[in-house]
Amino acid sequence: MKGNTTDGSFVRFDRVQKSYDGETLVVKDLNLEIAKGEFLTMLGPSGSGKTTCLMMLAGFETATHGDILLNGVSINNIPPHKRGIGMVFQNYALFPHMTVAENLSFPLEVRKIGKSEREQKVARALDMVEMGEFGGRRPAQLSGGQQQRIALARALVFEPELVLMDEPLGALDKQLREKMQFEITDLAHRLGITVVYVTHDQTEALTMSDQVAVFNDGRIQQLAAPDALYEAPENSFVAQFIGENNTMYGTVQNVSGEMAQVKLDGGEVIDCKRVNVNNAGERTCVSIRPERVELNIGRLPQGAHTLTAEVLEFIYMGDVFRTRLRVGDNDNFIVKTRNAVDQVRLKPGTQVKIGWMPEDCRALDA
Amino acid sequence: MNASTGKTPILAADGTPLRKSLARSLRQQKLRALMLIAPLLVFIFVAFIMPIVSMLMRSVENDIVSDTLPLTVNALQSWDAQSGELPDEVVYAAFAADIKQAALAKEHTKVGLRLNYEQSGIASLFKKTARAAVKWDIETDGPFKEKLLKIHKNWGNLEIWQALKVHSPEVTSGYFLNAVDMRKTVDGPDWQPEEKQILLVLFKRTLFMSLVITFSCIALGYPVAWLLANLPMRHANMLMILVLLPFWTSLLVRTSAWKVMLQQQGVINEVLVYMGMVADDGRLVLINNEIGTIVAMTHILLPFMILPMYSVMQTIPPSYLRAAKSLGATNWTAFWRVYFPQSVPGIGAGSILVFILAIGYYITPEIVGGTKGVFISNRIAYHIMESLNWGLAAALGTILLLAVLVLYWTYDKIVGIDNVKLGG
Repeated sequence: MKGNTTDGSFVRFDRVQKSYDGETLVVKDLNLEIAKGEFLTMLGPSGSGKTTCLMMLAGFETATHGDILLNGVSINNIPPHKRGIGMVFQNYALFPHMTVAENLSFPLEVRKIGKSEREQKVARALDMVEMGEFGGRRPAQLSGGQQQRIALARALVFEPELVLMDEPLGALDKQLREKMQFEITDLAHRLGITVVYVTHDQTEALTMSDQVAVFNDGRIQQLAAPDALYEAPENSFVAQFIGENNTMYGTVQNVSGEMAQVKLDGGEVIDCKRVNVNNAGERTCVSIRPERVELNIGRLPQGAHTLTAEVLEFIYMGDVFRTRLRVGDNDNFIVKTRNAVDQVRLKPGTQVKIGWMPEDCRALDA
Repeated sequence: MNASTGKTPILAADGTPLRKSLARSLRQQKLRALMLIAPLLVFIFVAFIMPIVSMLMRSVENDIVSDTLPLTVNALQSWDAQSGELPDEVVYAAFAADIKQAALAKEHTKVGLRLNYEQSGIASLFKKTARAAVKWDIETDGPFKEKLLKIHKNWGNLEIWQALKVHSPEVTSGYFLNAVDMRKTVDGPDWQPEEKQILLVLFKRTLFMSLVITFSCIALGYPVAWLLANLPMRHANMLMILVLLPFWTSLLVRTSAWKVMLQQQGVINEVLVYMGMVADDGRLVLINNEIGTIVAMTHILLPFMILPMYSVMQTIPPSYLRAAKSLGATNWTAFWRVYFPQSVPGIGAGSILVFILAIGYYITPEIVGGTKGVFISNRIAYHIMESLNWGLAAALGTILLLAVLVLYWTYDKIVGIDNVKLGG
């Protein structure tokens, strides 16, 4: 393939829109650039348009408006079989009437590759996913995890530069899923392929990706690296969708530089980091991560904000404790603490002092 | 853990061997299940299995000759049918006694009819003889050879006596030989005379035309089934109604409609003539021949092909085709290498269904088949209802049944019956 891109992006969605019924847009004005060798995850609730985007990239759906460019060339009118994009499907879509080796050999056969080279490549791909001895089996004789590996090998055997994965780990149990997450990322980085991965599982997105695009309502809400996404969500949807968050509603009193002063509906006035509020008087949704709230305020550095709260519930979860508090008028305020040596188990009904740093408290759109 | 098995049997909680107690608990379940289906079993046995068995038995039963003419059958045993000489007076006398008895009991026409299937002329010969025989006194009126010869010269015909002897055993292969255009003679099985050989032709035609009908059903039904399985629900339901519509119309009405369509002054010919594609004096003969039967039966049996195909195709997820295309296959390759092999079980099920239905079809060939388009089943119906040769009808039916079973077995060997799916 020729790399005649001007902006260095490998895959580019340029003002893409998609409508199925001519009345509502499933994908609204999508702009996205994916660099070569990048592992990008499209994350979002079901119906957010992420799978539609993937299908448009694969060529199974056509964009209603806009261009999809691969290596700088518009692929809108190229049929799926000529795009040379590998794909792993949600239910693997391994051909049940063919053996594992025949499944892997299929993309090579349709590319008219000679028999000996084919066998070589199939064997190499099987070894790559550690399924060397399973070539003669049928897909139905394999476990879910093994089928998953074969599907992966089949998508990689013809050496595509871009591989799409549509919730490939959805059908596996938790342990196997975690193992496969690691294997897929490891393989992707080793082979240097570009991966577009669709999932609704945020842990999967955070652990695997270089970049995560959070989809909602047909738009990308935020495109960022996992740590930035978790620690600096740009709007309240992302804040609530990624990880757990305590939200408190209030009104902005005044704005100064990076910070904003918010009067919560419960009456408390707090300092927050200003994210997307601009003017005094605006409604805002203040969010703070449960693990950034400190129950032992002596540990907090200077400048922390402290207040009193009532313990409502204590939940023991093994490695962490979840404590539900009433803070102001919010009685669903969660604090997560590590099950460390000096940690106390709080009793419901007691009053405690809690505190946090103003930088961890983010004032977002309401 | 398993060390105890094999030496001492594992015991259930109450001390009985586990195996025995398991069998007992299962037996009760099985008994209950059996009771639930008992009414159906009884019905099937009485209304289906017994009639079929009794009908099949008729294909070999032949006790009418030895029951009606016991003395003759006995006397003929010492006669060498191949000697070229007529039997002696003993046989004639025995026959005279038998025919008198039969005539008095009014049984002579039945046996005459039976033997007439093998040797035409015997029925009238028996009738004529019986009329005279009732007046005879068997003790005093002999010798009967002359008397019988006087009644009809055919009593001096060697073939009549040979037919009597050949068809005297209680169990006969005669009907089966007849069914394949052969007959039983004193010299063993032999071909029927040329002009009487029609059944093998009919068998071959039935098989061939059933195959043609099955293949046309596959060709026409496959795209429809594919559409049914792949269209959005709303359109698919509409299409499904169209497929099922024929089931709501009487078979006779549908077949008769084809008569209107196909006849020489019919819709198709009129349209072709109007469009100038066929000359007015060269109208196509589309009915009362093979074409008529094939067209009408393909139409009638089409739903039986579409429905199993559809139910199999419905279970093939569209992601297979997408996967094939993402792997680089063109539309055609994706269909042929990935979709088609998975739809084969549906084709198999539909084909078996259509073929077995076609091979025994009766009404449609009767109405639109003329003489060239009739099936073996029409011949069976003729022997049941008109010639009353039930033995031959039973033999033909048995052969048909065996042919279907053999085909089923072959199919199982080649394709595997597990590969036949009616759905799921």
